[in-house]
Amino acid sequence: MTYLAEGLRLETNALDYTLLGIYFVVVLGIGFAARASVKTSLDFFLSGRSLPAWITGLAFVAANLGATEILGMAANGAQYGVYTVHWYWVGAIPAMVFLGLVMMPFYYGSKVRSVPEFLLHRFGPSSHLLSSVIFAVSAVLIAGVNLYAMAIVLEALLGWEQWVAIVIAGFFVLAYITLGGLSSAIYTEVLQFFVILAALIPLTIVGLKHVGGWGGLSDKLTSSQGEAFTTAWDGTGIGSDNPLGANWLTIVLGLGFVMSFGYWTTNFAEVQRALSAKNMSAGQRTPLIAAFPKILIPMVVVVPGLIALVMEPTIGTEENGLQYNDAIPLLMRDLLPNGVLGIAVTGLLAAFMAGMAANISSFNTVFTNDIYAPYVKKDQPDEHYVLTARVVTVVGVLIGMGTAFIASTFSNIMNYLQTLFSFFNVPLFVVFIIGMFWKRTTPAAGFWGLLSGTAAAMVNYFYFYKQGVIDIPSDQGANFVSSIVAFVVGALVMVVVTFVTKPKPVEQLAGLVYGTVSPGMAEAPAEGDDAWYRRPALLGWGAIILAAACYVPFSF
Amino acid sequence: MNDKQNDQNATGDGAVPDTAHDPAAHIQEVEDLERRSNTAARLFDVRRIIGGLFVVYGVIVTVAGILASDEDLDKAEGININLWTGLGMLALGVFFLVWLRLSPTIPPPPPEEAAAESGDPLVK
Repeated sequence: MTYLAEGLRLETNALDYTLLGIYFVVVLGIGFAARASVKTSLDFFLSGRSLPAWITGLAFVAANLGATEILGMAANGAQYGVYTVHWYWVGAIPAMVFLGLVMMPFYYGSKVRSVPEFLLHRFGPSSHLLSSVIFAVSAVLIAGVNLYAMAIVLEALLGWEQWVAIVIAGFFVLAYITLGGLSSAIYTEVLQFFVILAALIPLTIVGLKHVGGWGGLSDKLTSSQGEAFTTAWDGTGIGSDNPLGANWLTIVLGLGFVMSFGYWTTNFAEVQRALSAKNMSAGQRTPLIAAFPKILIPMVVVVPGLIALVMEPTIGTEENGLQYNDAIPLLMRDLLPNGVLGIAVTGLLAAFMAGMAANISSFNTVFTNDIYAPYVKKDQPDEHYVLTARVVTVVGVLIGMGTAFIASTFSNIMNYLQTLFSFFNVPLFVVFIIGMFWKRTTPAAGFWGLLSGTAAAMVNYFYFYKQGVIDIPSDQGANFVSSIVAFVVGALVMVVVTFVTKPKPVEQLAGLVYGTVSPGMAEAPAEGDDAWYRRPALLGWGAIILAAACYVPFSF
Repeated sequence: MNDKQNDQNATGDGAVPDTAHDPAAHIQEVEDLERRSNTAARLFDVRRIIGGLFVVYGVIVTVAGILASDEDLDKAEGININLWTGLGMLALGVFFLVWLRLSPTIPPPPPEEAAAESGDPLVK
């Protein structure tokens, strides 16, 4: 995360702060009210597996709609133009549909409480412990990065000292998660989803009017940035030059297949929302319901990025000190009057807190359920684990706050860290996909596939790319290539190791491998879930078709 | 308290059994936790919170829109954005409250009944 420019200070007044204050009170209220619902560890970690699909679906999309995502994707819009839609339509959507239609039956049906726990059942303790530790460490560090990013944004926008923002936001997240567990995290995410839309929609409307509508916007961008800037695929031929530094093959394979599938199907901060759904049908529909808002989000995130580029053509250059990350704050400053401005500040702050809360609530689950309970202190009564999870939440937030303070002195290192952790998802995805579809895959193959894939991605990024051994024009392009490398290396190692080690007996794989069924999967759909509009296949394919249709206006 | 202890003894162990590699034991353990879970019975409905917050926000921002100064209007390209956003939020808030009114949360069956229901298929 980079520093925001000076001079972005918003003219907030008492009205805006009132709106912000109301939000804080409501969030705290959710925590206290949700406390009564926490009786068992399952309540704390997975809301007792009892939530309806529309709530888990909106929480699923909101957990990803953190402020770093919003500011970052607007920044990509200003920097790379309409290419940014690839992150949504070729990136997120197919992966979310795959999660819902293909993977959720195994996740939900096997009744695992976390993504690493699936590895325990499918492969055994070594890959379980490895992925749990990696996940726990990265979740808490990324929570710290989020907190730090928020602190610099609030410092620029509101003039708050960095430590004030870190302590206030950290305290609220700590309070409501410790009290209500995942239920308060999910409820707050649903609320945040609507508040952030109430902020971004007016921003986009006023912004579009300012630049003369969509027609005016694309005319101005075409004349200043060239023809390809407002199209999705122009200039992505192999060997041709474009701002993204990637060609159609790395976009489709690297971003679309490997990176996005890795992120959306194995990132527990996301999958946890689907696991808390009340039945198999609701679990499957969680990512599918999330896919529809996700298709439309570029309209209120990427478009403001484009508008910012027209309003401040020098954004991202040395000239006036404005950076691409400033795109949305810039529009807020120049276009929103007090009132809506307060909603926008609240939405941004809510998004930061929700992003952090998603990390913390998945961290306390993995730490307690996958590290502490099986390997540190076994066979305690359930109450002991609920208490542990609460203590771990406090510790996690405190470490996150500490990380944020450290990050403020090493902002580049934190950028590296975040890239680094993005590498862990792809090898995890390889291990899942091969383990789910190939019965023979052995426990040893799971462990070595995970380790070698991660190592390969790091070698590619830090040696081949950073040392300039191979020539990739941009960081984004390098991330796409690292993912493909991690996928191929992990897959090869798994195949080789499988052939020289002993597989698990077939009877232990029921409900974990494609073609087998666990007792939970046979469960009949609940009343009303057989309605046509709730059929997962229809929702999934509908989302794919809609995403493909969205490409049409930007492709010809 | 005693009840809970017995529950756990019945499944043979605490939250994470030694037999974690045995899928049947794991599934039984999670089902037991699901039976004792309190969320379905005690968790309030989020529609009430969304509805309430957006009605309050809607009213405040709409009033700000009605009282908008010329400066406010100029800043937002002549659109009274507070008014429209306020009305939009108000409508969303009312929608959630009406939805809650029309289809309230269905109270879950009492614990014993639920336990018996989900227990049956296992016996079969």
